[in-house]
Amino acid sequence: MNWVKKDLLGIKGLTKEEILFILETAESFKEISLREIKKVPTLRGKTIITLFYEPSTRTRTSFEIAAKRLSADTINISASTSSYVKGETLKDTAKNLESMRPDVIIIRHSMPGAPHMLAGMIDSSVVNGGDGSHEHPTQALLDLYTIKEKKGRLDGLKIVIIGDIIHSRVARSNIFALRHFNVDIVCSGPPTMMPPNLEELGVRVEYDMNKAVEDADVIMMLRIQKERGGTSYIPSIREYSTLYGLKASHIERAKKDVIIMHPGPINRGVEITDEVADGPYSVILDQVENGVAVRMGILYLLTGSAS
Amino acid sequence: MKKKVFLDKKAIDRTLTRITHEILEKNEGCDNLCLIGIRTRGVYLAKRIQDKIKSIEKKELPLGILDITMYRDDIFKLKTPAVKKTDISFDINNKIVILIDDVMHTGRTTRAAIDALMDLGRPQKIQLGVLVDRGNRELPIHPDYAGVLYNVDTDEEVLVRLKEIDGKDEVIIMSA
Repeated sequence: MNWVKKDLLGIKGLTKEEILFILETAESFKEISLREIKKVPTLRGKTIITLFYEPSTRTRTSFEIAAKRLSADTINISASTSSYVKGETLKDTAKNLESMRPDVIIIRHSMPGAPHMLAGMIDSSVVNGGDGSHEHPTQALLDLYTIKEKKGRLDGLKIVIIGDIIHSRVARSNIFALRHFNVDIVCSGPPTMMPPNLEELGVRVEYDMNKAVEDADVIMMLRIQKERGGTSYIPSIREYSTLYGLKASHIERAKKDVIIMHPGPINRGVEITDEVADGPYSVILDQVENGVAVRMGILYLLTGSAS
Repeated sequence: MKKKVFLDKKAIDRTLTRITHEILEKNEGCDNLCLIGIRTRGVYLAKRIQDKIKSIEKKELPLGILDITMYRDDIFKLKTPAVKKTDISFDINNKIVILIDDVMHTGRTTRAAIDALMDLGRPQKIQLGVLVDRGNRELPIHPDYAGVLYNVDTDEEVLVRLKEIDGKDEVIIMSA
């Protein structure tokens, strides 16, 4: 197939074929990171800007490494050191950046829909690096890539997502992506952290975490989104950890070859114990590794379709 | 469109046998050699040469697959070409790499392939073998082993078809 979209704003707008095409493209790029010389000339002469209005370690670094391994030039802008602090609006920032002719702008913003607004204003490709509680498409794509790599398939799996679902753009994007496949998606967490009518997205809700993890192929843990007021939805961190923290006893209830995922950053001792996070079932660092390959694939496809 | 069969199954096989012997003659055997096929059809041709060397020299040469898309000089003039996997599971440092492609034309694919190999290591030598050399070079690159030469007219196209993917072995010339 041919990639035709200018932007990657969310999983919601993608077809199953487009999702699979991104994963397939990413597979070809993964090998580059294992080489001694981790660089190919593919995006030589392209300029990629990361515009992050929220903190990030993984996503921003991952995009920058992906772009650099493809020989693109990268510029990183974070809100705290930009003219945002002087009162410049997103629109003006975008228009000014556009005048410097970047090929791709990757934006993270606390306002849902900010990347969509940006995409409508400028000719450069826009990638959503996370917009509020809305979507985080590249995270979902690297999660699917990791599941497919570890399980050899997506169809027929039971995938459990546990934690602060209501504030989680990772959960939302993953659900949008996974429901293209024949999977059993179960969401678990405190009732206050479950969005109303969650079932309408095609998932099951199970408040009892012990029941939720039974026979799971994949357990995806989420952290409490403190920056979005997550802690005010629960009586205490200690209670949350007791009821919804992933422990070795949960692993025993899941399938023997269960994989444990987490988009990071992890809050050790809250949603996951050290023992599980660093244990043999954890693929948390594989997710990070695959993130670079997936982002290389996305940057390649978007740069190609835009020119 | 007119279609002319330029090489049939037997002719392709004979040509590959000759190329195989030329490779062995030029390199005085097959020590330190490895084969790398350029996707897509070069991979199958490289596999066939590997089989022929095995039956002559009783030695199986390492065989790799190279996808040159990431190194194309026209990559964004095309409509986002699909990138496929490169799969070279052996060390090419100090090896003599025999690069195999189906058709040689402008030389641009070979340039891309050489750059791709250089990023993977430092081979002692790179030699190039092609089934059909159709002329009209745009870069100063020439094959070490050329199966057949055919100077293509402006309205003609050369198509190599192999049974592994096309169901049939033949080289055909299409003309308007």
